[in-house]
Amino acid sequence: MSEVVRKYLRADMMPTIWCPGCGHGIIMGAVIRAIDQLGLDQNKTVIVSGIGCASRAPGYMDFDTLHTTHGRALAFATGIKLANPELTVIVLTGDGDAAAIGGNHLIHAARRNIDITTVCFNNSIYGMTSGQYSPMTPKGYSATTAPYGNIDRPFDLCELVKAAGATYVARSTAAHPRALTDLVAKAISHHGFSFVEAISGCPTYFGRKNKIGDAPAMINWMKEHSVPARAVEKLTPEQRAGKFPIGELYVSEEPEYVDEYVNVIIPRAKERAAKAE
Amino acid sequence: MAERKVLLMQGNEACAEGAIAAGLRFFAGYPITPSTEIAEILSERLPQVGGKFIQMEDEIASMAAVVGASLTGTKAMTATSGPGFSLKQENLGFAALTEVPCVVVNVQRMGPSTGLPTSPAQGDLMQARWGTHGDHPIVVLSPGSVAETYTLIIKAFNISERLRVPVIFLMDEVIGHMREKVVIPDPATLAVVDRVRPTCPREQYLPYGAVDGDVPPMADFGSGYRWHVTGLLHGVNGYPIGPGKASEELIVRINRKIERRADELAMYEEVLMDDAEVAIVSFGSTARSAIYAARQLRVAGVKAGVIRIITVWPFPEKVIAKAAGRVRAFVVPEMNLGQLALEVERCAHGGAPVHKLSRVDGELITPTQIVDAVKGV
Repeated sequence: MSEVVRKYLRADMMPTIWCPGCGHGIIMGAVIRAIDQLGLDQNKTVIVSGIGCASRAPGYMDFDTLHTTHGRALAFATGIKLANPELTVIVLTGDGDAAAIGGNHLIHAARRNIDITTVCFNNSIYGMTSGQYSPMTPKGYSATTAPYGNIDRPFDLCELVKAAGATYVARSTAAHPRALTDLVAKAISHHGFSFVEAISGCPTYFGRKNKIGDAPAMINWMKEHSVPARAVEKLTPEQRAGKFPIGELYVSEEPEYVDEYVNVIIPRAKERAAKAE
Repeated sequence: MAERKVLLMQGNEACAEGAIAAGLRFFAGYPITPSTEIAEILSERLPQVGGKFIQMEDEIASMAAVVGASLTGTKAMTATSGPGFSLKQENLGFAALTEVPCVVVNVQRMGPSTGLPTSPAQGDLMQARWGTHGDHPIVVLSPGSVAETYTLIIKAFNISERLRVPVIFLMDEVIGHMREKVVIPDPATLAVVDRVRPTCPREQYLPYGAVDGDVPPMADFGSGYRWHVTGLLHGVNGYPIGPGKASEELIVRINRKIERRADELAMYEEVLMDDAEVAIVSFGSTARSAIYAARQLRVAGVKAGVIRIITVWPFPEKVIAKAAGRVRAFVVPEMNLGQLALEVERCAHGGAPVHKLSRVDGELITPTQIVDAVKGV
């Protein structure tokens, strides 16, 4: 066991519930390595999640951890961050949790630009309930609730949160753990709402159902279908088809929500209270 | 000596100001009639006292943010009405299971569904007790005047903090929107309770390991205890568990916190009950009509009295059981089809018949209606 693993994971919660070959462990590993790189205070960092395979991650992590209701992690996290801005708040969520039932909270957290980092473990399927299609299941793929192929169009989550107002947006995959670690670290350092889509693999339900193969085959699939963001422009439309960009996709500086509350609302409120006396 | 402060206040305003006096420092809400004034007032008042207000994207998010804020050690509340109260139920159950203190105000309006948004009702009595799934603890308090709203919301926070349980503050549109005189209590005289925090070293902290199987101490997020909170059933260390004895122990313990204090929590007011032959049992704004009616009935020579229920849940069983042996009938006026009457019937154990007086047209129950009903039994 590495020093980082020993320090940040709860050994007494092991083994995880994740299936052999699941990409989620790699992504959780990237999150704790990013936290370690940044030297965050373990006592002042809170990890929040919703429901689903990805949302079990905080239970294994040695911080104040909050495993909430389905889709609502960002709403709980907003309460934590606004009530105690000293805390670093990180949300770990899945594609069903963040993009379906929690979609409203995702876009509104982005709109407020509240200083919360969200890492979405996207395995394109509802794994916990054994393989139903999610808003991130690509069109044409099969799921237990899409026996004739999925006709729903998936979101581009990174474009969605960018349009909603997120000020740091990145994407990586379980096949790129080092790059993913760096991006998560940058996202946490960013002051504002930051979002990292981490493509994961579910060999048990998505891979098997769609005949993609076993876990290594899925890792290879991620390598083959991802293109560095800076290289995308150079590709022809034919070369770009079916590929997704990875890396830092969008960074901007905008006023952060809690800062605005503390710097705008509270002084005005105190001034009004003083006048009333 | 502190100056006596007397104000003309709206019920919703008394709720907001009483909550601040109780230590409220975080409010998350969503606009909904007839509770909206509570959010409006707190958006102005909370930042004045160093607190935080946020208007969330929906009712579900408001409830979630309240639980999140409370986990940092901040007293937190939300306010809503019928449709919003329905939406809050899942996260309310989360708070009940994870034992996170919080107060949820429901200014009742006429339902079901969108119903009559600006009309009073008392149709959420059973939902307040059983709205979320599974066996869960909850305390529900219902004020009968604006002045009582101010002092009772403080008790709501105190109970919530002391027992680590969500408390529903069940108002109705009449109490919420009516204006009355309120004598603001001197803050120095107010009993304000804070949750018990752990003092043991981190290694020894069991977030759900309650001494004598009661209320465990609760660590603020960020205070170094690094504990796990989950809506899954959990062991004393907070980690998820499967079916078995420990799961049963958890469910029994969180419900027992309330059950063992049922008498102490039971608040009610008896008016003209000493020699009453008919007991009118009521709560909220309807109890005002009931008290007026009882006085009119006394003038007419009918020995009527009122039992005004303040703690709706846990229901004050004993006062009803006691009255059942003395009165010849109960009359239960309520702005629903007979939810309180069911409880009165249960607790009367057949000692006296229970007559319903329901009204569901969106209008108040008048004293005259109650007088007539009592004369008819």
